[in-house]
Amino acid sequence: MKGIPFWRRALLTVAAPVAALIFAVLMSSIVLVISGSSPVQAFSDMFSHASRLETMVDILNRATPLYIAGVAAAIGFRMNLFNIGVEGQFLLAALIAAHLGAMVVLPPVLHVLFILVIAIMVGAAYSGFAGVLKVTRGVNEVISTIMLNAIAISGLVAYLVREWQAGGAIEPGSAQRVGTAPIAPSGLLPDLNTIVEVFTREIRQGKQLTGVLVVAIIVGIGYHVLVNRTRFGFDLRASGINPFAAQVGGVPPKRMVVIAMTLSGAVAGLVGMTEIMHVGFFPANPIRGLGFTGIAVALLGRNHPVGIVFAALIFAFLDVSSGVLQFTGAASREIVVIMQGVIILAAVVAYEIARRAREKEEARAAAEALAVAA
Amino acid sequence: MSRLANLPAWLRWGLYAAVGVLLLTVVQGFDNTDRLTSVTSSQSMLRWAIPILLAGLGGLYSERAGVVNIGLEGMMILGTWFGAWGAITFGPWWGVVAGIVGGALGGLLHALATVTFGVDHIISGVAINILAPGITRFLSSEILTTIPGGSITQSPRVPGVGSVTIPFLAGGNIGGWSSPDVLGWLGGQGWFFISDAANLAKGLVTRVSWITVLALILVPLTAWLVWRTRFGLRLRICGESPAAGEAQGIDVYRYKYIGVIISGALAGLAGAFIVSPELSGIYLEGQTTGRGFIGLAALIFGNWRPFGVLGGALLFGYPFGVGLRDLDGSASHSLILVNAIGLAAVSVWALRRSKRGDAALAAGLSALFAIWYFSTDVVPDVWINILPFVIVLLVLIFFAQRLRPPAADGLPYRKGQT
Repeated sequence: MKGIPFWRRALLTVAAPVAALIFAVLMSSIVLVISGSSPVQAFSDMFSHASRLETMVDILNRATPLYIAGVAAAIGFRMNLFNIGVEGQFLLAALIAAHLGAMVVLPPVLHVLFILVIAIMVGAAYSGFAGVLKVTRGVNEVISTIMLNAIAISGLVAYLVREWQAGGAIEPGSAQRVGTAPIAPSGLLPDLNTIVEVFTREIRQGKQLTGVLVVAIIVGIGYHVLVNRTRFGFDLRASGINPFAAQVGGVPPKRMVVIAMTLSGAVAGLVGMTEIMHVGFFPANPIRGLGFTGIAVALLGRNHPVGIVFAALIFAFLDVSSGVLQFTGAASREIVVIMQGVIILAAVVAYEIARRAREKEEARAAAEALAVAA
Repeated sequence: MSRLANLPAWLRWGLYAAVGVLLLTVVQGFDNTDRLTSVTSSQSMLRWAIPILLAGLGGLYSERAGVVNIGLEGMMILGTWFGAWGAITFGPWWGVVAGIVGGALGGLLHALATVTFGVDHIISGVAINILAPGITRFLSSEILTTIPGGSITQSPRVPGVGSVTIPFLAGGNIGGWSSPDVLGWLGGQGWFFISDAANLAKGLVTRVSWITVLALILVPLTAWLVWRTRFGLRLRICGESPAAGEAQGIDVYRYKYIGVIISGALAGLAGAFIVSPELSGIYLEGQTTGRGFIGLAALIFGNWRPFGVLGGALLFGYPFGVGLRDLDGSASHSLILVNAIGLAAVSVWALRRSKRGDAALAAGLSALFAIWYFSTDVVPDVWINILPFVIVLLVLIFFAQRLRPPAADGLPYRKGQT
């Protein structure tokens, strides 16, 4: 990309997501106006609510699993693999990890690691299976991960929760649902409230900043180092950009596919840890949709470790702040869901437009350079 | 074997279906049940297969034009909402129209993103799948809550378009005269295989919704339209080699748009069918349950051909249909044996083609299923829920490599590129 001034490149990179955000805000405002609400009121309500410390804790708690899910999807995206199955992988991983974690009591650090490792392994296996299917049987990973997702969501998770219900398996069809057996306190990551309260005032309303935030930060740093600073990461990116060239350069394509899918699933397994560590068991009604939103977060963040941070924060902000809309009555809270969808669509379109603009710039700069030289 | 491949598609799939019916009959006799080929099972199978069929046909139009449409699920969701709202507000047939339009709008969005802006097809599809439930949820909170009986997550009851029983084959009425029930008579005779086939066939023509009839007509219609008309040829060129199409002066963008919009419309029709009383009679949040994706699987299974999609849809709809009415789990238990025998047949087929690895895998899975069948009497009801998806995976595992998608499927295309 020689010849284009750095500031122009930076501008083009940032312009796309910002333009997408502005477009999404505009579209949502139009929808709000049509439905009789005031967009100004709605947005100001959301922002003022978000400036409270407790809400920020909520946003961070929500952003943590979204970030991990985003990284999981991004690992796949870097290799042009679409791991749509993050949802099923994290549910299954969290369930099995909670169940097994409740059966043992280990010294605190070991116990936590035990649970995390199980979650990673389950997620890796479930996703790696789809990768193996792709390289050995030629099954498109989009369909296979979606099917595995459906298997997990439509029955397997609910069935296993019933079987492993705390206090013995309950009869199918019975209304009483709680979750798996509680994990001993040695297995739960402590919350970060004490650290935060050093800098700010006391956190009220019983809100706890999840310790999984530390895990998310580690995952993010690990992702950056792995993809950008190791030979494996180079192979990964090369396979994604031009698989044939990568193969000629010595990267075994089939092995890369399986490793990438496995890695993606491994990270996906950690997504459910926030909820597990918070309540101490796997509830019968876990938070749903994190997997698909994670895909959206990865798209918005352009698979970049820092970009995904911002994307996760934005989506978390929208999720959490929509609650206040119900309080104030400024708008129906579903507008937030539309906003998220529009952001995604607008973002991918904007990235594409930016890419085309950059290509034109490159071509022009190259032509100029050639004309000067000639 | 090559003679088989030379038969016309509908005849070939008819033969496969006959073999399938034979398998079911044998297992039924072994298990002493009649649930596998009963008329009610067949009716349920058809009801479940129609949304899958419509989604798969939608995928066919889109992918034959070269655009992968993962967003069928989202377009189906739009179809469910608009279908329910249209039927409640204006009348049953308007509901169908509204569902089609709703899905088509989703298709338009997908076409805009992929064709005009060149966004990756799968990403755009995923984005639409995220956007669609949000839109319907918002529309529900604004509109459905104002209708008595409606809420954010569901609508009041949806009026239906009515059903028809085909005369002669199943004793339908022609102008008040009750025609003889040929299939019913055949089914009641208790003849091995023939009666079972008759029962299954009768289920396909008894009290079927007009939407079902429409969907079934669309299958040969699509076969004719896409393979025997100039429009279809041009559509397919865009999916196989858009550069060649452009060289001939075809507006590649226009045909891609048409293909994707039609696919959205068909997915929307599937949604309208789901909310019709034929299936659920109500709009419920999250009621599509992945049938858009199963439709894609049916498309792949059917090798991107209409009768293949129909075969795939019936195949994937069958476990849904049987499981729904299977209160004691015995029919699902029998299906395990069907799986085992089917996999054994796949193993033999693979051996004949000298594919040792495939044969070993199929034989191994067949043995697993057989062991499971003989060691239990009932299956946990979770199996009924996940069996269709397992079957999709099994089918794809063994047959995905024999299939040929359109050559330029999924590739973004810009005018002027070679």
